[in-house]
Amino acid sequence: MAKTLFEKIWEKHIVKTIDDGPSVLYIDRHFIHEVTSPQAFTGLNNRGIKVFRPKQVVATADHNVPTLNQHLPIKEELSRKQVETLVKNCTEHNIELFGLGHPFQGIVHVIGPELGVTQPGMTIVCGDSHTSTHGAFGSIAFGIGTSEVEMVMATQCLLQSKPKLMRITVDGELSKGVVSKDIVLYILSKITASGATGYAVEFAGSAIRSLSMEARMTICNMSIEMGGRCGLIAADETTFEYIKGKPLSPKGEHWEKSLTYWKTLYSDKDAVFDKEYHFKAEDIEPMITYGTNPGMGIGVTETIPTTETINESDKSGLSKSLAYMGLQQGSAIKGQKIDYVFIGSCTNSRIEDLRLVAAFVKGKKKADDVEVWIVPGSKQVEAQAVKEGIDKIFEEAGFMLRQPGCSACLGMNEDKIPAGKYCISTSNRNFEGRQGAGARTLLASPLTAAAAAITGVVTDPRSLPNPSEGGL
Amino acid sequence: MNSTSKLSNSIKHSQNSGNPEPSFGGQGGFVSRFVPVNIENIDTDQIIPARFLKATTKEGFGKNLFRDWKYENDDESKPKADFPLNQSQYAGEILVAGKNFGCGSSREHAAWALADYGFKVVVSSFFADIFRNNALNNGVLPVQVSENFLQKIFSLSNEETLTVNLEKQTITINSTGESDFFEINSYKKTCLLNGYDDIDYLLSIKEDIEKFETQRG
Repeated sequence: MAKTLFEKIWEKHIVKTIDDGPSVLYIDRHFIHEVTSPQAFTGLNNRGIKVFRPKQVVATADHNVPTLNQHLPIKEELSRKQVETLVKNCTEHNIELFGLGHPFQGIVHVIGPELGVTQPGMTIVCGDSHTSTHGAFGSIAFGIGTSEVEMVMATQCLLQSKPKLMRITVDGELSKGVVSKDIVLYILSKITASGATGYAVEFAGSAIRSLSMEARMTICNMSIEMGGRCGLIAADETTFEYIKGKPLSPKGEHWEKSLTYWKTLYSDKDAVFDKEYHFKAEDIEPMITYGTNPGMGIGVTETIPTTETINESDKSGLSKSLAYMGLQQGSAIKGQKIDYVFIGSCTNSRIEDLRLVAAFVKGKKKADDVEVWIVPGSKQVEAQAVKEGIDKIFEEAGFMLRQPGCSACLGMNEDKIPAGKYCISTSNRNFEGRQGAGARTLLASPLTAAAAAITGVVTDPRSLPNPSEGGL
Repeated sequence: MNSTSKLSNSIKHSQNSGNPEPSFGGQGGFVSRFVPVNIENIDTDQIIPARFLKATTKEGFGKNLFRDWKYENDDESKPKADFPLNQSQYAGEILVAGKNFGCGSSREHAAWALADYGFKVVVSSFFADIFRNNALNNGVLPVQVSENFLQKIFSLSNEETLTVNLEKQTITINSTGESDFFEINSYKKTCLLNGYDDIDYLLSIKEDIEKFETQRG
């Protein structure tokens, strides 16, 4: 029988299925960080048990770390205690930790792939909803709560019901100035922030196939913003090329064996999905959000919807959203004044994102009254940026290159956007108060964010000269 | 009933569960007034903002539930008068919210905050997947009703009560007797009715897990 990519991986990981209940799903890789793990370790300690398979767990500190002066002790007491607790727990349970100061430290969904820990055909979980990112490698990867973190630590398994299956196909060629973030914001604007709830979402089509791994990660990363249980893309030569030679990827004979297996992981031609969507790459322009959920997005040249034109799902929330955002129904988003630019997060903080921004801003300067923060996804990304001289380009443009962490994506550390200020952000959520109480977030691609940094207002990046013209 | 009791045996519950006491047992069901928050797409950043996630324990999140919707400028001396949790006419252990409740971040702190505040049931016409699991793992019952039934609840007066019967999987408006059925898989139902917990079950099948590991090589 024809099977989907999801089913092929799912079936290989079922330990057993409870009658009229969930399945016991075996988990290959478990990423942990300082914020959603401490209570799980306490749970294990209360039960008097140790982590079952510590070698399958990888830890880093990212959500609650400062992005300046990381060599100094963390000033804020609770944050320091949280990071120290992670170090203590990892030591006690024999878990590899890429903590602050380690050359591999960074955002959990950036370091997993760049270390080669993330591989096709795996089941991957983390106490973070953006774990869907790892699905870009053709794996089943999803976010879990802390009770589930404890379950995986205790047994390397989770109780899961099989989700429904959705395929989103994007065919054709992207226009100039349009990148993968625009694809996913476009899909979100069409299917809404709850359009994929209950589904595992496979992304397919020629426009997806043509993307780099970094760009595919951006798309899978935001599958949770559609409500998707996970997002995945079948592995191909681009995937294999990316993984090969990474510090923790399979080597030698093991590589060949893995490759043979990975090449079987795709949805069969006649595989059936519960729901399918088709989009054309040519219809997508640079996107930006105007509201307070990631489905509330429009093309940068479009006007903000009105209660008459908005999709049904967001109708009731439109007035509340726009009141929070200080924006008007029916008005243009282009030209909206911006106070902050945040380029970072597990969505867009990889070296390719930084290269794209650097190529665009080279020789340009930021607008005077805009503050620009570039927060690399990992120490490796940071080091690579310095090696390529990207740091100098940012410095000349007046952009501040900070140190790796989740930073202003969720405003958990001190990197917060002040109340009432507008931030164009390459992150994944524009919820009320997400980047700081009262902060107003407009989600966009790194290119659109860079254009706003230069002009100080929401700008169509295609209207400014771009020396690189390279596409993500 | 039959399948549930069979399941109960297969779960092989061990007695060291750290879970809350079962709260939905009994024939009559759970009766309470409710607090209506008629807003759609309530994300977990609203339920508990990220700045409160620095704790390393599960306790005390209730006081910061919906923090930025409850207070002006984070100031406890300035409660927002229009937010239902600040309005004395509303009370009860059932929260009723617009569709797509609990979307966004996987933070279980959202479920801890709801439970700590005193909510035992959340009613909505749609729940985000991760939140649904987190709630169930903390003894908070997500009751998914039709949009039509949800709107009926929102139109009720603040004195009315609802009955949630987990055994029968029904929620009833007591004044009118109108009722809606809600889905929950038998496994989770058994766990909630008996105060079982997933970790106990998974630990009890560790031999199966080790066998699985050996077989796959």
